[in-house]
Amino acid sequence: MFMVKYILRNAFRHKLRALLTVTGVAIAILAFGLLRTLVGLWYLGVESSSSTRLVARNAISLVFSLPISYKERIRQIPGVTKAGAMSWFGGIYISEKNFFPNFAIEPQAFLDLYPEFLLSPEEQKGFLLDRQGAVVGRKLAAKQGWKLGDRVILKGTIYPGQWDFVIRGIYRGAQRSTDETQFFFNWDYLNETLRRTIPRRADQTGIYIIGVSKPEKAAEVAQAIDLTFKNSLAETMTETEKAFQLSFVSMTEAIMIAIKIVSYVVIVIIMVVAANTMAMTARERIAEYATLKTLGFQWYHVAGAVFGESLFIAALGGIAGIFGTFPAAGVIETELSQFFPSFQVTATTIVLQMTAAVLVGTTAAIFPTWRAATIRIADGLRRIG
Amino acid sequence: MAATSDIVTIRNVTKSYRRGNQLVPVLEDISFDIHSGEFLALMGPSGSGKSTLLNLIAGIDKVDSGSIIIGGCEITTLNETELAGWRAVNVGFVFQFYNLIPVLTAYENVELPLLLTRLSRRERREHVEAALEIVSLTDRMDHRPSQLSGGQQQRVAVARAIVTDPAILVADEPTGDLDRVSAGEILSLMDHLVQDFHKTIIMVTHDPRAAEKAHSIRHLEKGLLTDG
Ligand SMILES: Nc1ncnc2c1ncn2[C@@H]1O[C@H](COP(=O)(O)OP(=O)(O)O)[C@@H](O)[C@H]1O
Ligand SMILES: [Mg+2]
Repeated sequence: MFMVKYILRNAFRHKLRALLTVTGVAIAILAFGLLRTLVGLWYLGVESSSSTRLVARNAISLVFSLPISYKERIRQIPGVTKAGAMSWFGGIYISEKNFFPNFAIEPQAFLDLYPEFLLSPEEQKGFLLDRQGAVVGRKLAAKQGWKLGDRVILKGTIYPGQWDFVIRGIYRGAQRSTDETQFFFNWDYLNETLRRTIPRRADQTGIYIIGVSKPEKAAEVAQAIDLTFKNSLAETMTETEKAFQLSFVSMTEAIMIAIKIVSYVVIVIIMVVAANTMAMTARERIAEYATLKTLGFQWYHVAGAVFGESLFIAALGGIAGIFGTFPAAGVIETELSQFFPSFQVTATTIVLQMTAAVLVGTTAAIFPTWRAATIRIADGLRRIG
Repeated sequence: MAATSDIVTIRNVTKSYRRGNQLVPVLEDISFDIHSGEFLALMGPSGSGKSTLLNLIAGIDKVDSGSIIIGGCEITTLNETELAGWRAVNVGFVFQFYNLIPVLTAYENVELPLLLTRLSRRERREHVEAALEIVSLTDRMDHRPSQLSGGQQQRVAVARAIVTDPAILVADEPTGDLDRVSAGEILSLMDHLVQDFHKTIIMVTHDPRAAEKAHSIRHLEKGLLTDG
């Protein structure tokens, strides 16, 4: 009881110093939390992708397409349940700052192969029947203010021209991590338009999305697909969607590793700063600690007071940092929604933040605690005179 | 009568400090007794080892050789933890610079030594109030040290020293930082404690007026007792 009172009063003895230290820890923990959330998001795309879906692309590079004639041949390979064309469209809605991913996809393949995008039966039917129909994620629709039946025009970049769509479905994600900011439209609309306008680019698809009967057969089936098109004009490279996503992620994985390192560096820096402050504080109070020992208090009483104070200050900063993380993440989610469809702070991140704060308090306390516990009374008392 | 009433027995105590790789002798073969109820002044030039000797008697420093027996207990054989417990019960301390805890009120400072006892909150309150009564500071018990004058702070320190009712009080230049009037008050207080509460006081001092109040005086010079 006395200890708690003593620790609390000591913590706020130098108001400004305490405030600065708490603020420093809070900012560090906040930064740490945001950086960890960012890194976590990066891998979320990979984790939420299906391993029962295969992606076949041109073996040379994603920049090259595959002939649409491959579709039937892929379908006949044993173990393949479905196959559908899908192309990155890269259209712009009004202006570039409204960026969202948009794809041309065969509606039936979309409905069959993407169970994580939830649509009502009416919406599904609408998408299948309307050549110019589009299906958009709930968050995207909310952001742009789109409703079912709205007309939306995208300006083509890869495929020139103004492209007219009608919103036929607004999908919800089956999981919280499901991306609700995407835009899908009928691949046939793209292809038929190209046949009229740029025939040499027609009947081509960026990738094939392929369903397999059994996930454990995926590697085998992928191999069979690639074998089928070996030595043909466009060889394929087939892998699970997860591996496909990873090939994107791996390009930027170095950056993510760097961010991870930075997140630790932030903690190390605040550790050093806090340790310095605590050492300074304890040094000023050596005579006081010696006095307590003189009165009969044991080394562990004094050690507890120093350690408790350090831990208390770090915990206070940690809590402030954690509470600050939520509004900060909220701002990122609304302001930068085109980059981060969802910027949710996970429970794991909060646990990590708490651990980091405790670690900061503990590390900062080690040296002063040891000093206060082991200082010889006679030496400590001499510091006064 | 003399032998039985000795409360402190010091025999052949030596103490040296290490300065760099050199051993500096501070106390050389000190032997003397202090009897119960004595008010002893330890005098001598600066650096002669007065504080060191006082610290040894109070059990906050260890002898190199020799023995110190206090109230029948040979404290020179106790370890750190045992010494801390022994000090809490047997010795009260008054320092030159009061050494009060700045974040605690006068009341809380005086209560400190009682926190190590099994006394209930109510019993502690009674003891603290009694001690503050003796030093005439009951009206200041909610003040922090910074809100008190030097003399008042030293009186709080005296209250803290006597609150556990120890047999011995040690004081290292208790008037060294005080003006004449305050110093006089502290000395009268000490006198009062010896006369009416039968405390044994060992006081290091430079101040001849302080020494005058004492019953006996011992002089220390370069680690040696020059009298007795
Ligand atoms: N903890 C210590 N470490 C090293 N030297 C010390 C220590 N304490 C005292 N001394 C030395 O011992 C001598 C006596 O010191 P002290 O007992 O404080 O003298 P006094 O109180 O008589 O002025 C001095 O020379 C002092 O420098
Ligand atoms: Mg001294």
